[in-house]
Amino acid sequence: MFFNEDFETLPREAIRALQLKRLKSLVARVYSNVPFYRQSLDKAGITPDSIKSLEDLQRIPFTYKQDMRDSYPYNLFAAPMEDIVRIHASSGTTGKPTVVGYTKHDIETWSELMARSFAAAGVHKGDIIHNSYGYGLFTGGLGAHYGAERLGASVIPMSGGNTKKQIMIMQDFGSTVLTCTPSYSLFMAEAAKEDGIDFRDLKLRVGIFGAEPWSEEMRGDIESKLNLSAVDIYGLSEIMGPGVAIECHEAKKGLHIWEDHFIAEIINPETGAVLGEGELGELVITTITKEGIPLLRYRTRDITSISYEPCVCGRTHARIARMSGRSDDMLIIRGVNVFPSQIETVLMGVDGVEPHYLLIVDRKGNLDTLEVQVEVNEKLFSDEIKHLQALSGKIEKQIKEMLGVTCHVRLVEPKSIARSEGKAKRVIDKRKG
Amino acid sequence: MHVEQISVFIENKFGRLAEVTRTLGDAGVNIRTLSLADTSDFGILRLIVNDTERAKTVLKEKGFTVSKTEVVAVEIPDRPGGLADVLQALDADGINVEYMYAFVERSEENAVMIFRFDETEKAISTLTGKNFTVLPGDRLYSM
Repeated sequence: MFFNEDFETLPREAIRALQLKRLKSLVARVYSNVPFYRQSLDKAGITPDSIKSLEDLQRIPFTYKQDMRDSYPYNLFAAPMEDIVRIHASSGTTGKPTVVGYTKHDIETWSELMARSFAAAGVHKGDIIHNSYGYGLFTGGLGAHYGAERLGASVIPMSGGNTKKQIMIMQDFGSTVLTCTPSYSLFMAEAAKEDGIDFRDLKLRVGIFGAEPWSEEMRGDIESKLNLSAVDIYGLSEIMGPGVAIECHEAKKGLHIWEDHFIAEIINPETGAVLGEGELGELVITTITKEGIPLLRYRTRDITSISYEPCVCGRTHARIARMSGRSDDMLIIRGVNVFPSQIETVLMGVDGVEPHYLLIVDRKGNLDTLEVQVEVNEKLFSDEIKHLQALSGKIEKQIKEMLGVTCHVRLVEPKSIARSEGKAKRVIDKRKG
Repeated sequence: MHVEQISVFIENKFGRLAEVTRTLGDAGVNIRTLSLADTSDFGILRLIVNDTERAKTVLKEKGFTVSKTEVVAVEIPDRPGGLADVLQALDADGINVEYMYAFVERSEENAVMIFRFDETEKAISTLTGKNFTVLPGDRLYSM
């Protein structure tokens, strides 16, 4: 089911024509309204008139998260403050938060794209959307909220936390759709089970999970424990919030990125060169319709690939692959690139292993070490040491085979790895700081 | 003829063993005997208690991973070669001992050993067939 069929099924040539038209107008707008962009475009020898084709985009300099920090709070805004109706910000865990402003029109666009995303996930009017993304400065809660209302579904503005109450509300209100981070969905299922509540008895049908990378194996686990169809949603506050891209429930193979509003490129994170279809690299997004804080070639740090292959759902918008990690989350262990999601894939392939794990990277002498902490539940536990050692040895061997990295698997007590109501913390890198 | 043993997964972390024993003590569970097998990362605490079900429940409530296993308690004549005789009898029938530990109380003139076999039933019939005394759980819990 489509929310805006005309745009969602635009022929590719029409998408490209629209993108070019909007790109030209964007460059003209930021050139005259944002001193940062005027300077960077001047430096690159680009004037608004020099954008003749979509390929010209590749000559435009990148925008980095640091540029947003340096512009804290409002210096990248392209619209006057009197037109800004909403301000969000990133969590700022790695420095000053990045601040984003939305005009009324931006909020409308966001709501529409989020409504399109819900529809693509198989959500419709009459659904009861249990929204456990955090409300506040974080874009997740309000982004999903406005999209749900635009779609015409009923939305329960739960926000994160207070898990027991979340479960009670889901039971009593008959929620049919759950939106939260994938790790929180499993945390809720675990908490429910402890209280003797089986998620399979709830009315949930669709789960829309994002805000952190997760694996195909984790999808399988979530779908069986929560008895729903789980789709991956992508977004980031710098670009808009949730709803930049989403999987359709028909294919669940890559996330459609709404190309009438965003131009997506995949680049080599080291060289900045634009990569071809199917090649793995960093996602770069240009926001071609945003008014409050439009961005040219924003470096998302998210690692993915892009495909223009037609999709069974009928949408013509390109698909980006499930995020394999962030270029800044990528661990380099003894020279090998490792994403936490790859280790997750191995762990979830071992029968009985819980999706709660922690990677501890350290350096002993000149050698990097990787410890993988895995919780022992009743299914894995044995009264014989040799069985537990065989289990940890098996995981170590599989990680070595898949990633070429030697690690030490440490079996830990259940619940000893911190649970998160937001984004899960998967890595402690003791080599830093 | 079986004896119920509970096994608890314990990380090699300060205070965990104390936590298990305190939990059992507070619940009025009496430990009859125990053994701890450990590696550098974790240990498995094996316990025979006077109330297995209660011990399991209270430990689970505290978040421990607990399992129940059937073990065999055998009277060992308290003289040189007593244990060797028992092991030899088992060996003759090709029965493998997974692990074993001593029970703290004596049974009349005999020592008591706890055995974990891979083939429990076969082990019991071998032992009783060779006139060794296998003690029932009830006897041990209240000894």
